[in-house]
Amino acid sequence: MSTRLASGGRLIDRETPIHFLFNGRKFPGYAGDTLASALLGAGQQLMGRSFKYHRPRSVVASGHEEPNALVNLGDGGRFEPNQRATVTELYDGLEARSQNHWPSLEMDIGALNDLAARFLPAGFYYKTFIHPRWAWKHLFEPVIRRSAGLGRAPVERDADRYEHYHTHCDLLIAGGGIAGLQAALVAGRAGLSVLLLEQSPHWGGRSPVDGATIDGAEADDWVKIALQELESLDNVRLRLRCQVAGLYDHGYALAVERLADHQPGAIPPRQRLWRIRARHVLTATGAIERPLAFASNDTPGVMLASAVRDYVVNWGVSPGDRTVIVTNNDDAYRTAIALHEAGLVVPMVVDARPGVGGPLAETVRALGIRVESGKAIAKVLGGKSVGGVAIAAQAGEGAVLETVPCEAVAMSGGWSPVVHLWSHCGGKLIWDEVSALFRPDPARPPTGADGSAMVTPAGSANGALLADAVLADADAQARAAVKALGARLPKSAVPQVETVAEQPLAATWIMPQGAGPALRAKMWLDFQNDVKVSDVQLAAQEGYASVEHAKRYTTLGMATDQGKLSNINGLAVLAGALDQRIPSVGTTTFRPPYTPLTMGTIAGEARGVLFQPLRKTALHSAHEAARADFEPVGQWRRPYCYPRPGEDRQAAVVREVKNTRQAVGLLDASTLGKIIVSGPDAGRFLDMIYTNMMSTLAPGKCRYGLICSENGFLIDDGVVARIDEQTWLCHTTTGGAERIHGHMEDWLQCEWWDWQVHTANVTEQFAQIGVVGPKARLLLETLGGMDVSKEALPFMHWADGRLGGFPVRVYRISFSGELSYEIALPASQGLALWQRLMAAGEELGVMPYGTEALHVMRAEKGFIMIGDETDGTIIPQDLGLSWAVSKKKADFLGKRAQQRSHMTDPDRWKLVGLETLDGSVLPDGAHLPAAGENANGQRNVQGRVTSTYYSPTLDRGIALALVHRGPDRMGEEVPVQDGKGGTVAARIVSPVFFDPKGEKQDV
Amino acid sequence: MPGSRGFDVKRYSVFAIAREALRWHRGWERAWATPEPKPEYDVVIVGGGGHGLATAYYLGKNHGITNVAVVEKGWLGGGNTGRNTTIIRSNYLQDPSAAIYEKARSLYETMSQDLNMNVMFSPRGVMMLAQTEHEVRGYKRTEMANALQGVKTEFIGPERVKELCPIIHIEGPRYPVLGALWQARGGTARHDAVAWGYARACSAMGMHILQNTEVTGITRDASGVTGIETSRGRIATRKLGLVVAGHSGQLAEMAGFRLPIESLALQALVSEPIKPCMDVVVMANTVHGYMSQSDKGEMVIGGGTDGFNNFTQRGSFHHIEETVRALIETFPMLSRLKMLRQWGGIVDMTGDRSPIISTTPVPGIFVDCGWGTGGFKAIPGSGWAMAELMAKGQPGPLAEAFGLSRFREGRFIDESVAAGVAH
Repeated sequence: MSTRLASGGRLIDRETPIHFLFNGRKFPGYAGDTLASALLGAGQQLMGRSFKYHRPRSVVASGHEEPNALVNLGDGGRFEPNQRATVTELYDGLEARSQNHWPSLEMDIGALNDLAARFLPAGFYYKTFIHPRWAWKHLFEPVIRRSAGLGRAPVERDADRYEHYHTHCDLLIAGGGIAGLQAALVAGRAGLSVLLLEQSPHWGGRSPVDGATIDGAEADDWVKIALQELESLDNVRLRLRCQVAGLYDHGYALAVERLADHQPGAIPPRQRLWRIRARHVLTATGAIERPLAFASNDTPGVMLASAVRDYVVNWGVSPGDRTVIVTNNDDAYRTAIALHEAGLVVPMVVDARPGVGGPLAETVRALGIRVESGKAIAKVLGGKSVGGVAIAAQAGEGAVLETVPCEAVAMSGGWSPVVHLWSHCGGKLIWDEVSALFRPDPARPPTGADGSAMVTPAGSANGALLADAVLADADAQARAAVKALGARLPKSAVPQVETVAEQPLAATWIMPQGAGPALRAKMWLDFQNDVKVSDVQLAAQEGYASVEHAKRYTTLGMATDQGKLSNINGLAVLAGALDQRIPSVGTTTFRPPYTPLTMGTIAGEARGVLFQPLRKTALHSAHEAARADFEPVGQWRRPYCYPRPGEDRQAAVVREVKNTRQAVGLLDASTLGKIIVSGPDAGRFLDMIYTNMMSTLAPGKCRYGLICSENGFLIDDGVVARIDEQTWLCHTTTGGAERIHGHMEDWLQCEWWDWQVHTANVTEQFAQIGVVGPKARLLLETLGGMDVSKEALPFMHWADGRLGGFPVRVYRISFSGELSYEIALPASQGLALWQRLMAAGEELGVMPYGTEALHVMRAEKGFIMIGDETDGTIIPQDLGLSWAVSKKKADFLGKRAQQRSHMTDPDRWKLVGLETLDGSVLPDGAHLPAAGENANGQRNVQGRVTSTYYSPTLDRGIALALVHRGPDRMGEEVPVQDGKGGTVAARIVSPVFFDPKGEKQDV
Repeated sequence: MPGSRGFDVKRYSVFAIAREALRWHRGWERAWATPEPKPEYDVVIVGGGGHGLATAYYLGKNHGITNVAVVEKGWLGGGNTGRNTTIIRSNYLQDPSAAIYEKARSLYETMSQDLNMNVMFSPRGVMMLAQTEHEVRGYKRTEMANALQGVKTEFIGPERVKELCPIIHIEGPRYPVLGALWQARGGTARHDAVAWGYARACSAMGMHILQNTEVTGITRDASGVTGIETSRGRIATRKLGLVVAGHSGQLAEMAGFRLPIESLALQALVSEPIKPCMDVVVMANTVHGYMSQSDKGEMVIGGGTDGFNNFTQRGSFHHIEETVRALIETFPMLSRLKMLRQWGGIVDMTGDRSPIISTTPVPGIFVDCGWGTGGFKAIPGSGWAMAELMAKGQPGPLAEAFGLSRFREGRFIDESVAAGVAH
């Protein structure tokens, strides 16, 4: 059983005991503990259940690579599933629950899967659950879904805040171990702006535990001295708890700073996402120890040798009184020494290498520890904890030579450099035969915008595993990076390190070498996803030979640790099964992020009301005061209608339409896009943008214009006013302002870059008020100051002037068919004018009207609405707008497209009006079925409704529709879908339902 | 296996698993054979993704053509087949789209039995949220069109949305859920298994699956195509199908013609696995994002395409940021989940965002491409239509509207009105 040692633990503060809850039980711990170290220290080894077989699991690692010890952390709005206990800093009152079991961690029904494991090999689900057909969805899948998954789904809204921080630097250094610190010293002394980020709460990485002497000082002290110098440099920024999560093209990096995870709710934000544009990136991300594959290597109590060392040295935790070490390299001997120094028993070091010598092994032997070379663990004895190990010859098939009772096993299969960041943005790897590891291939680095290398690996991330090599490599790589960045190299020496020489490792992928199928089916590669040696071998046997196929078939490396412990071992087993060399099998692709990244952090501040900007017009407060019923139109909020007490939406709309048709209404038209187009070539430019002629429009006049895409389809419409010789003002639809402005700039910048034209989107600079209805002129005249008579300001003209003292530009344009003035004025004065008009118009019966009344009135007049009558497939000719498509102009956007055979086909659907025979309102989107079916068995169709409303003016349903040869079929009765599975009869009529001669607007 | 006369494949079943378990699974055979290329085939398909393999499969199954090679540059299903978000639906607006996607959906329903491999088609239901009045009208239009197309969909109100997907936040604040277009028979499937299942069935019919075989050239004479040059030598054929998605432009160039295709990276991500909390697929087009939960428990999330043409299958950040923001608005519980990994797939986009299944200017060469962001759901329908085109030399009713000539004639099949985002 794991326990807390009576003394020791360089990271814990024994003076500050704290308490936490695990599965509802109260446990003791110390400040400085991780959740994992505290649980182990309190004797709680069992921490979770595996994904597939629900095997009992304990912690196997001590850092971010941990696959087993995942917990449901926290509660309510601060609940988080799948939190790695090994990197969860303990705080007082922490609440954690183990995952993936029912009814309890100790007694899990799901563990029945484990008994049936032999029948559930890799990919078993592809080969069964096939019959009967209904059963997958209704029987098998629900059971599998419930059994799968890990943590609970959060329920409550996130109680925390997140923020983004944008920054630049010359050199971004990922990792604050001795390599990262040395690199920062070199680059900092060179005067470069350096950002040094370390994911853990401590500087120095592994070195203080591994015990190097640097420049005559203990590693811990050297780290302190290095930090003092770095902190004194203004050009160096240092952050702990800040992990470089992903590296993207052109030196773009994301780092996540965990500010409050260790003190929940103490200070906002919880996490900060650093969005970094670095000129160069140096990855000093270290290396991760590999497990060894022997039978039942997933038993609680089997841990990485480095993790055992960490728990003893950093947190004063004993993994058990007796720990067997199993290794294929020298490094694990350090664990034997650390255990011995802590007063714990190491009954045996099981070394797979045939002849073991060298200083480390000799030191261990001298301590009286038995070292067995050429040996393997045949299997681990025990169930929910280690009871002992059976020893066999590594070269054999697993015949047990002896059993050694123990409570823990510390394993080491060698080390793998952390190459993730290097790989994220395209860096390639080479296989190092000597150390049996993949390291960055200097010949194939990730490249930046200029094609040169943008990432430099350093230290053990570059395959240099011993402290002296780490510092030498970090120094050299940092110097190369400094030089590449064009800075002057500082004069400083490489720190001198005293290290113990190591004997070479012997690559060991299966233990023992000749293990049979029964043992191989118990050798775990991917602990969390329960992928074993036998599974990878089965994948190879069945032809899933590509490393990606094997991964996907077995799920190796697809767990929350993304294969940090399993990838290389799995790859080696696959290579073995295929009888290929490891490098020729290749690796799977590392994807960002390095460790799972909280979604809230990705979203940052943009949530709730900050999700997207809410755009309000200058008149918004007046609408609110009038109790407007708002609707979202893009990011704008526009009044849909202004219901009075006792009115519903429909009643309000009817009243607003009638009042506008009979008296006078006010419309907030401020959201309409307003784009100024100016310059010597502006007329020529607009002649290309619009289908009709704009260059000939006289100053002072307005013209309705259409804008088509290159493919000829109508994308926007609006009234264009010519302001002066070189200036036009183009009105767009509300939703079209930014899009059309972008469209204009696209053509100006990419195609007609030499034309002298400027555009400016001035939509928000103006408030625009529609004064609409037979009494509109009367109302304006009560304000006075400007002649708005028909003679002075005829239909489709505009004029500047003052109305009631306000500086205004008045357009005589109409989207309702009524006498109508649209008054533009500086946004800051819009509200005052609106209020003046409302007050002055009281006797005339003025009322505001909303978007729905606007839509009804335009439909009564047969005016099209972009997005209703158009959908990206409609050309102006379909809508009876041929009159607005110039036949004289040599070219305009869409002209050539509109000449294609399908565009000129007389069989195209064209705009007409529809009136139901019974006066009812047709449903939205209704189609007009025709007789028979097409070759695909679909009902033939002859048209569809594009807009449908109740017309208060006509007191009946009216609709606009696109109908096959519609204009040729006036008066014909057609069936229209009624939305209930049947049809309703309607008559094809003119799309202009009201005032067909346009007499009311031109007065 | 149906029409089993080639590579001997033992049937998959629970009994086979039991039998094999007793001998430590030593008896399982290769899912598909790895033969040496023959000098000539009746038909060569370039592209070992879902669409290419399905084309081969239906050439054999529907037309009795089995002297077929499928040539793949890398590993089977390594392109978009293995990178998508596995959504299957057919609630399209335009008739030709609805026809081929509904054909595909119906073939997915029986695919596990057809291929004797569990592709885990799960008709869990797909809903497309309407979050503006405009979107409501658009989806009602689609519902009306679907009714005439024989595609069963219905427009449902916000209460029903909440009932089907309790983790959704229907009250805004920016874009309240006003309803949804619901296709109960849509769902998801296991993407890799689709490629593997087709490959296994093709191999069983005697077809050759040639992985790690890169096409380096296409040869032709006056009468049309004569064969391909590959990294494993020359292969002669008189019928060549190019089914290579984002790389269609390069292959067409080798053959001497051009295609109206742009290649863009489409972004996707998954969360860590959690216990089941979402049984349906939700697409939110106004805010740009869609999500479902896989059988493993991961939340599978699709985003948008990068704003520039490229061929890197890498994740980029800005779309992920936008997508995650949008989805947290819609599913607040997501905020405390973690993104496990992100990636990109190269999608082949046409001008009207609809596919091309067509003859080409070179006699004997046929293309099936342009599926853009919607290819996975179409795989069996696409293969079915492409096989018919290749077997008969001219398109059947499913493929007819998707010919290359439509761009010249302006006969677009534009679904953008129904799908504002990637799908």
